[in-house]
Amino acid sequence: MTKKKEPDTWQEITTGCVVFQPGSASEYHTGSWRAQRPVWNNQKCIKCGICYIFCPEGCIQQSEDGFFQANMDYCKGCGICAHECWPRAIAMMEEG
Amino acid sequence: MIEVRWHGRGGQGAVTSVELLAVAAIGVGKYAQGFPSFGPERRGAPVAAFSRIDDKKIKVRSGIYQPDVVVVLDSSLIGMVNVTEGLKPNGILIVNTPKSPEEVKKELNFSGTTATVDATGIARKEMGVPIANTTMIGALLKMIGIMDLNAMKESVEHRFGRIAQKNLTAMKRAYEEIKISN
Amino acid sequence: MAKRVGMEVAMAVAEAVGQCNIDMAAVYPITPQSHIAEHLSELIADGKVDAEFVTVESEHSAMSAVIGASGTGARVYTATSSQGLMLMHELLPIASAMRLPIVMGIANRAVSGPLNILNDHSDIMPQRDSGWISIFAENGQEAIDLSIQAFKIAEHKDVLLPVCINIDGFQLTHMVEPVEFPEQELVNKFLPPREPYATLHPGKPVTMGAFAMADYYPEMMKAKNEAIKNSKKTILAVWEEWAKIFGRRYSPVETYKAEGAEILLLTMGSMGETAEVAIDELRAQGKSVGLVKLRLWRPFPFEELKEAVKEAKKLIVTDRAVSFGGPGGPVFSEIKSALYHEEARPMICNYIIGLGGRDVAVTDFTGMIERVVQEDVKKIADTYEFWGVRE
Repeated sequence: MTKKKEPDTWQEITTGCVVFQPGSASEYHTGSWRAQRPVWNNQKCIKCGICYIFCPEGCIQQSEDGFFQANMDYCKGCGICAHECWPRAIAMMEEG
Repeated sequence: MIEVRWHGRGGQGAVTSVELLAVAAIGVGKYAQGFPSFGPERRGAPVAAFSRIDDKKIKVRSGIYQPDVVVVLDSSLIGMVNVTEGLKPNGILIVNTPKSPEEVKKELNFSGTTATVDATGIARKEMGVPIANTTMIGALLKMIGIMDLNAMKESVEHRFGRIAQKNLTAMKRAYEEIKISN
Repeated sequence: MAKRVGMEVAMAVAEAVGQCNIDMAAVYPITPQSHIAEHLSELIADGKVDAEFVTVESEHSAMSAVIGASGTGARVYTATSSQGLMLMHELLPIASAMRLPIVMGIANRAVSGPLNILNDHSDIMPQRDSGWISIFAENGQEAIDLSIQAFKIAEHKDVLLPVCINIDGFQLTHMVEPVEFPEQELVNKFLPPREPYATLHPGKPVTMGAFAMADYYPEMMKAKNEAIKNSKKTILAVWEEWAKIFGRRYSPVETYKAEGAEILLLTMGSMGETAEVAIDELRAQGKSVGLVKLRLWRPFPFEELKEAVKEAKKLIVTDRAVSFGGPGGPVFSEIKSALYHEEARPMICNYIIGLGGRDVAVTDFTGMIERVVQEDVKKIADTYEFWGVRE
């Protein structure tokens, strides 16, 4: 679980609650409560990119060789990529 | 302070008249207010517009209940609207009509100072349209004499541009041709 | 030398806003603000004002648009009335929480039910808690001056809050009266370009309008409250500066012939000038009466109000709005609350007047004062009454 900062006093909070650090949402690793994970079989993968498009977390990336994998910091294991994959190249495996 | 109530029909330019008059009075260093009877309006419906002119600051902002002068732009309103309501005892009634002021007095059962001028006729002759609002300003200024007709020049030119001169001519004619019955 | 002209107040407000070097305006027309929207859009379309006029499909969009634009660092303006303001309602606390300088002209108009386009204060009163600075204009000159000052107040680094200027619909907006526009060079000096505290820009991303749960939200609210309370210092400083440059002085609470007055009348907005005529008449008759005019509504000027009324025996508060099922008129209930702990305070009564554009005449004010003189004040004190309603 990502460690949260202690609340600041009212005087320490930025004016208008503006958050100056860009991309700070990435500090929350939402993958930490995953129950199952997607595993790609690159023999079957046709590199169509449907898994990348459908991932609701946006955490599936295409690597240099053209195949896909999910970023395990953020993948929640919802299974949508496996469900949508045409050649059935993705299998959902139990965590742990 | 002089308070004037104008009666007209929507689209006849009563509001334009009070605006021009106010702008002109302010232009010669006076204080003035010009405002319509508030609310939605449609063409042909009876409307009222109001003027206040004074040499010192005008503070009252309410409606005008006891005008010093009533100007009637459309004589068909007589009988339909009580045009003399609240008019001060020594107030003045000015009506746009070819009739004589004596006839109007009889028609309205009114015995105060009355003046008439055929502003629609003058407007038709000088401007080609039967819109008498600017013409009637001439009649008003003749009766209350608070400022020179020339004071109207700038505000009329600013509003009417090319056709300003025709408006000013019609205004002058009304000033000169108005008939008065005390 | 500033030129004195006769102009319809709504158009004059648009002209004054045009003098403020705004970057963007998003205005949705509604009677009686419409002449402000129309004239401002004309000035921009004709190139007389170098700004972007964003046409939107509703007042909610207008407020959304100016919030977004203000977030990018732009100087922005909008205007509305009545139902339009009600439609903006959900965004108003957001604008103030985000600490965005926005100036809004409100042509005060009665809130619907039944539909009414004429003047009263029922549109601004529901926005009391929104965290916006709120100031009332009494005449056309004030509408111009306050609109220009509003940008300076809103953008000040110690304020950073949206400001609304209340201009009575029809009563002021549709009135042609004498006004004087401040000289452009002086306005330019008075209003330097905005220096935003933070801006939305792809080159340097920040988050505005963040989400905050119970661990942060109360601190945020305290911060917002402190900000609007402290804004009074800046408002007073801006008014001081305006007086020095332009010679016209503004204060949170103004009094008229109130010295030693036994009975004080209190008004807010354009009816104050009509009330002055009533006070003149009664003073001429030897009555001990005076007038208090409230100009700064939010942040509420507690000290100035207490100072103004502390010596009077009776205070008549007039309200152009009512809080249904509550303690009466909003101005009345706030003043009562402000004076609760004071040792010396007048008996206060409240008349609700001018709702839905019903005319407020000199005779109404003199009538109220006569009532208070004659009737046992204890009977009418601490209650509110709808003045002039047909029974």
